[in-house]
Amino acid sequence: MQDLGRIGFSEDQAALLDVATDFCLQRSPVSTVRRLMEDELGHDPGVWKEMGELGWLGIAIPEDFGGSGLSLAEVVPVVEQMGRRLMIGPLISTTLAAQALVVGGTEAQKRNVLPRLAEGVAATVALAEADFDWEPDTVSCQALEAGDGKLVLRGQKVLVCDAGVAQWIIASVLYRNAPALVLIPRSALPEGALRRETVIDETRRSFALNLDGVSVSKEDLLDLDLAATALNHLHLAANLLGAADMIGGTQACIDYTVDYLKTRTQFGKLIGSYQALKHPTVDAYCKYEQARSHLYAAAHCFGEQGVGEIAVRMAKAAADGAYSFASDRAIQFHGGFGFTYDCDAQLYRRRAIWHAANYGDASFHKAKLAKLLF
Amino acid sequence: MQTVDQKDLAAFEADADAWFKENVVRDPGFMLPLTFMEVGTDQQFHFLRDWQNKVYDAGYLGAAWPKAYGGGGLHQDFQNAATRAMRRHHGPIMLNAIGLNWTGPLLLDMGSETHKMAHLKGILSAEDIWCQGFSEPGNGSDLGDAQTRAVRDGDHYVINGSKIWTTLGRYAKYMILLARTDANTPKKYDGLSFFLAPMKIPGVETNPIRKLTGEHGFTQTFFTDARIPATGLMGVEGGGWKVAMRTLEFERGARGGQAGGYVAVGSNAFDVLDLAKRMTRSGKPVLDDPAVADQMVDFLMEIQAMSLNGQRTQVPNLVADHPQGIPLASKLMGTEMSRRLNAFAIRLTGARGAYYVGESEAVDQGIWARAYLNAFSATIGGGTSQIQANIVGEHVLGLPKS
Repeated sequence: MQDLGRIGFSEDQAALLDVATDFCLQRSPVSTVRRLMEDELGHDPGVWKEMGELGWLGIAIPEDFGGSGLSLAEVVPVVEQMGRRLMIGPLISTTLAAQALVVGGTEAQKRNVLPRLAEGVAATVALAEADFDWEPDTVSCQALEAGDGKLVLRGQKVLVCDAGVAQWIIASVLYRNAPALVLIPRSALPEGALRRETVIDETRRSFALNLDGVSVSKEDLLDLDLAATALNHLHLAANLLGAADMIGGTQACIDYTVDYLKTRTQFGKLIGSYQALKHPTVDAYCKYEQARSHLYAAAHCFGEQGVGEIAVRMAKAAADGAYSFASDRAIQFHGGFGFTYDCDAQLYRRRAIWHAANYGDASFHKAKLAKLLF
Repeated sequence: MQTVDQKDLAAFEADADAWFKENVVRDPGFMLPLTFMEVGTDQQFHFLRDWQNKVYDAGYLGAAWPKAYGGGGLHQDFQNAATRAMRRHHGPIMLNAIGLNWTGPLLLDMGSETHKMAHLKGILSAEDIWCQGFSEPGNGSDLGDAQTRAVRDGDHYVINGSKIWTTLGRYAKYMILLARTDANTPKKYDGLSFFLAPMKIPGVETNPIRKLTGEHGFTQTFFTDARIPATGLMGVEGGGWKVAMRTLEFERGARGGQAGGYVAVGSNAFDVLDLAKRMTRSGKPVLDDPAVADQMVDFLMEIQAMSLNGQRTQVPNLVADHPQGIPLASKLMGTEMSRRLNAFAIRLTGARGAYYVGESEAVDQGIWARAYLNAFSATIGGGTSQIQANIVGEHVLGLPKS
């Protein structure tokens, strides 16, 4: 039988899971989540600073560049607990930007930028384009030679998370007809280059990025020889962390529904005693446990050639299935209240849809898995 | 907990590997049952009883049960290694499932010294075949309403009533029997008692029941003034419900201590993938159909998730919110997947899905159809999936009782 990955759990993961469980519960009650949804910035800079002090932004950055020298496996429990509390802030974006540099950056870029990211300066990646394709290497934005060691960029990026606070944006572009990554400092963006998008997950801050006329130095290109590897790595890392956020959300969404089923009475009985509500809730729970097992296998095996990709795609596909089902049923099982803005079920459902739409949904990953497994 | 010398363990597994390689008979010349619930002919029964006895003699069954009761006295890791070896060489199933998987661990957990001495070795050697008398024609899921009566008369209890779905009933020497010793308790559960009851006595009759597959595998058991020794009472009179519930935990795999080996050879998602690769539709490989491929991947993900679930239960930090969640839900998840997987397999065979065992044109001798129909034994037996969902909902999620 083919090795599809296995569970492993490090002491660092355990410690981070412990701290993150408590921290996210304390800092992100749903009242705060709803307040920040209305806020232009979308997250609490004080809490972001605390995350930096906890070392969360440098978890997967090598020690030589100011991080803890651990891996994405240790970021997973943090993101899972953030997702559980619908918490937001540019942690996933900044982690992905750091990963792009760790895997594909030049020495100078690593030296200049990684320590800043580890300290809590936000950054992000810009991979999606207006064709809304999930393949990491279908790129149409361009980096053109402009003389004097300069490059001029052309094209549009979409769904760029946290671009509003990012001090660097790492974008995929075509350079000499091959996909490449370029490190764009905030200062290179002209006024109006960013447009905030209206997205289904109102906790999220997402932007369209107009690269037309943006000028950067050739030194800002990441290592061209590693571009393909880095793009693939980013695609998988984004899906791993997306799955972590989703699994945390699935758990909370089931807990939220179970609470209602245990307190709401109709026809003289608690509605959770009705099997029409109880059994689908158990189905949601079973899907959740399966998806969480996939998640921690993906975290553990992420760096393994072949197995890592299988495990990550399974985790994202399972997370999509579990979160979508649990949050869809959460709305339904709250009845009339479920149809209101005040019911939290919609927050989970919207967040699930957001993640399915970013970096590939269940059927996309299953089609990839079919190629890997058959 | 004993620590295990990994070198000893590896040597043990290598020996087991060699032993199973040499001793497994894959084709005895007749069809072997896929599970212990399908033993329908004397030929099958005797073959499997001899096989279990041989495995036990070699030290690869009950390796982790105490020596004093006929076990090997080793750490559980050794039995797990033997079971792995058995699986690798596709050994036939262990026959005495109810003894090995539920009666045995139950006796080790809460049995008297006399009961342990009397029964455990015979369970391992397959000399004493065990069956289970829980369900009744009128009481399946509502087990607590069992009506079979047990009335004390001197050193005996006199049993009257009927039990159904008695797997191996025709061959069993003993039954674990749930019967009503008091019909007037305010709560129905408090009137039940649990017995280790002999089967080969006057007043006990078994009638074969024909399953949906057309095969025989279990019986209905009738008790007419059957006198069983009072020494067979487990625990106290009126305390049978608690013992029965503990038995079900062993049966459903929610609690460990089983003797080892396996009592069913299920088709898994990888076997179905092999099947899918051989099948065509409209002149093309059936897996070229994206809908079929999507479902196939779903099954591979599910089987992988169940294996990972098992690994995750070994990491307390990763099951902290619901420590009993995965163990209590595993029967529901596993049996339902198996049912859906076999139905999917039949569909993969296209028009030949119309054939059944016995037709030479049937794909793989019709095993997929037979496996699908037999899969219901597990989604119904040992507590239906609907009862399992209630258990998970109530005991794991804390939902109110239905």
